[in-house]
Amino acid sequence: MTTPKIKLKDVHKGFGDKVVLDGVDLEVAPGESLVIIGGSGSGKSVTLKCILGLLTPDSGQIEVDGEPIVGIGRAKRERINSKFGMLFQGAALFDSLPVWENVAFGLVQGERMDRAQAKEIALEKLAAVGLEADVGELWPAELSGGMQKRVGLARAIATEPEIIFFDEPTTGLDPIMGDIINDLIVKCVRELGATALSITHDMASARKISDHIAMLYKGKIIWTGKTEEIDSSGEPHVDQFIHGRAEGPIQMELRRL
Amino acid sequence: MNPFQSVGKAVLGFLEATGKLALFTFMAVSHCVRPPFYYRLLLRQMIDIGYYSLPVVGMTTLFAGMALGLQTYAGFSRFSAEDAIAKVVALGITRELGPVLAGLMVAGRIGAAMAAELGTMRVTEQIDALDTLSTNPFKYLIAPRIIAGLTMLPLLVFVGDIIGIFGGYIVSVYKLGFNPGVYISQTFKVLEFIDVFSGLVKAGVFGFIVTLMGCYNGYNSQGGAQGVGAATTNAVVSASILILIFNYVITELFLTA
Repeated sequence: MTTPKIKLKDVHKGFGDKVVLDGVDLEVAPGESLVIIGGSGSGKSVTLKCILGLLTPDSGQIEVDGEPIVGIGRAKRERINSKFGMLFQGAALFDSLPVWENVAFGLVQGERMDRAQAKEIALEKLAAVGLEADVGELWPAELSGGMQKRVGLARAIATEPEIIFFDEPTTGLDPIMGDIINDLIVKCVRELGATALSITHDMASARKISDHIAMLYKGKIIWTGKTEEIDSSGEPHVDQFIHGRAEGPIQMELRRL
Repeated sequence: MNPFQSVGKAVLGFLEATGKLALFTFMAVSHCVRPPFYYRLLLRQMIDIGYYSLPVVGMTTLFAGMALGLQTYAGFSRFSAEDAIAKVVALGITRELGPVLAGLMVAGRIGAAMAAELGTMRVTEQIDALDTLSTNPFKYLIAPRIIAGLTMLPLLVFVGDIIGIFGGYIVSVYKLGFNPGVYISQTFKVLEFIDVFSGLVKAGVFGFIVTLMGCYNGYNSQGGAQGVGAATTNAVVSASILILIFNYVITELFLTA
């Protein structure tokens, strides 16, 4: 068996009294596209932030390419992070930089590439997400939400990462733009041959961009399987979630998070 | 809650905040002195702090110098000691008013802007995005700001000193009818190196305080628009108070040394 690209072993994370991750076990194989689904507050974002090193788990281990990454130093973390690309929920473009510099950021700052060369690649990546070269000169604030997402995607793939993370890629977009972004994600991940890990609660998006799905509920992975098997999971929580029913075993938490 | 609990909670909260700030300060300073350096960003911050604050600092010190001249005349003429105006203005501006007023104005202008900018970057995940693009936010965002504050404030205050003394000159010569040559020669006679130098040391410390508080509050802001607002307020209030405290401490050090 090959080493999984990403592996989480019994990861726990809490904030104060609130337990968010309660022993998450997860494996993502190389080249696989896994989507984690789950309701709001189920710990999806926290899982992602633990892998990215933005949060440190209270216990448990996370491995990338078989290398443990919990508690590693800054320099090692930067080397691991250079394998990553990330599309943030709100795109998180740097509003002090024009669009092309946003896309080229990882190349110029991370890989110390020459600016002219980085710009060329940035424009190429913008074209790959369907944006013309003149968009590169605009400022992020001048773009619509859908265009910002496209630029965010271009930035995530600019360094040709081995692993790409997508945080709620379709949230806040109209259904058509959401589908366009889904198509772009599938295309970009396939072209790069990258491993993808996404979190979403949009089932249409999850079905489209994944080949495997994992469901997170109350800080634990309660089901994993192939995307086409999700309708016959036989797991009542999963059934309730994918059909979006208010009635069922999942009770929405209305307490303070 | 019994009184012991609330006292304990307040003490623990204070200790935690102090520790957090100390750790942040240590990290910030250590990244200020270790490569890589972002020269373009440093230059931009220097222009923003040094050049664009000139009008504000100039106006403040000009009118402070003028008012100081008038007040000194009003007070000292009771003892027939009007001749002391030039000396009082020169010493008052260089040792106290120049650095303190410039520090407070820059706290309002720059500290607030930094807290708001970094706070917004935090809540829109731009700081997280920096991390995922293998760029250390401390190096990219915080070090250039702190170095710029530390180096530009003394320059600003030096210019402010000259303008403030000139303010006293205007009032003395054009309003009170003093001899311009005598005023200028008295100014140079009374001023010693230590007067100007102690003011510039203060300015450097205040520049560090303003930028540090701006960065600290912005970097750690949370909870959306309201959080950014609170961060901005905290940055200005804490910087202003610290400026006044350190002003006393440095004065004490220079006077007793």
